Amino acid sequence: MATEPLAKEVAGTCVDSHGSAIGMPQLCFDWFPNQIFWLVITLVVIFLVLSRVALPRIAAILAERQGTITNDLAAAEDLKAKAVEAEEAYNKALADARSEAQRIAAEARAEIQSGLDDAIAKADAEIAAKAAESEKAIAEIRAGALESIQVVAKDTATELVTALGGEADAKAIDSAIDAQMKG
Amino acid sequence: MATETTAAEGSSLVFHPMDQFIVKPLFGDGAIAWYTPTNVTLWMFFAIVAIFGLLVLSTSKRAIVPTRMQSVAELAYGFIYKMLEDICGKEGVKYFPYVMTLFMFIVCANFLGMIPTSFTTTSHFAVTIPLALAVFLTVTVLGFVKNGAAFLGLFWVSSAPLALRPVLAIIELISYFVRPVSHSIRLAGNVMAGHAVIKVFAGFAAIAVISPVSVLAITAMYGLEVLVSFIQAYVFTILTCVYLKDALHPSH
Repeated sequence: MATEPLAKEVAGTCVDSHGSAIGMPQLCFDWFPNQIFWLVITLVVIFLVLSRVALPRIAAILAERQGTITNDLAAAEDLKAKAVEAEEAYNKALADARSEAQRIAAEARAEIQSGLDDAIAKADAEIAAKAAESEKAIAEIRAGALESIQVVAKDTATELVTALGGEADAKAIDSAIDAQMKG
Repeated sequence: MATETTAAEGSSLVFHPMDQFIVKPLFGDGAIAWYTPTNVTLWMFFAIVAIFGLLVLSTSKRAIVPTRMQSVAELAYGFIYKMLEDICGKEGVKYFPYVMTLFMFIVCANFLGMIPTSFTTTSHFAVTIPLALAVFLTVTVLGFVKNGAAFLGLFWVSSAPLALRPVLAIIELISYFVRPVSHSIRLAGNVMAGHAVIKVFAGFAAIAVISPVSVLAITAMYGLEVLVSFIQAYVFTILTCVYLKDALHPSH
């Protein structure tokens, strides 16, 4: 390639007359200042765009996302704790209600029991009183009946003795009747 | 020489693999002065446009739930930020805009260079050498400003036996000054080689029998080159981070 004729003034030292490269274009020092100049400009522009706009913006986006995620996680944690709390409160309320119900039931039972006991005691007392009264009445009646029987027996015995022609000995009749009644 | 012999056999088979790297003025045919707008200018401008579109326009909505383009911008941001933080620690983070500028420029220029008939700015040493030199000079100056003479401890391997240290110091010194050379030639060389190889395969496509193979080879090379475009930008950036780490923490 290097041996081909050159049209120097048109193409420079790096390109032959057909417009092809002579050797490596990378080593053509004629072009170095141009490439370096545009490279520096490009790098400065990219650096300014990145450091002024792009990188702070992306950093902000990432930080914001991180913050959102953290907040959401914290909120979820809170809600979870609240749910647990609510469940505990519910269970506690349930247990309370149950024990309250048991207490009320026990109270009611005790009340009823005591009422019942009172009533039974009263009824017993009444019954006892009535029985005592009745017994008394019966005893009276019995005493009355005994007396009446004695009187009737004495009268009858006196009448019988008299009718049989004897003289009624009141004393003897009395003792005889008493002996009979005892026997 | 090879070109002459093949040209003699049949004029159809002509290779000009390096022609794609020629710098041309955008307007007219005149000589190229330092200020002339050339295809370099044009494709660097496209790189700026691409970066602006990718990082600025895509994030203009500041969406909490990102769109596709916004999430690409966020990925690029996170990728370089994490790389810098992992390698240099918290102190390195303030150099993030510089590193991001380098990465975005190289990756966009590489990918724009993959467009057929485009001009690849990063295939030129005139572009990669200033990039590498800028990193080298920045890191060296920063090292001395931050650490003073202690920065020279980078070359004095205190964990090695005393007798070995002068030898190691010489090796370390050489390797330090070779950094900008390898840093720049790695990038330009990789990009240039791939593009030139694709052009050579394209030249073979003129022969009807070989052309299917040639097209397949071009396709395969293109895939490889897409990979190389990203990897070289990544390598350039990660080496920049490593050099920056040396300046911030010179002890081994």
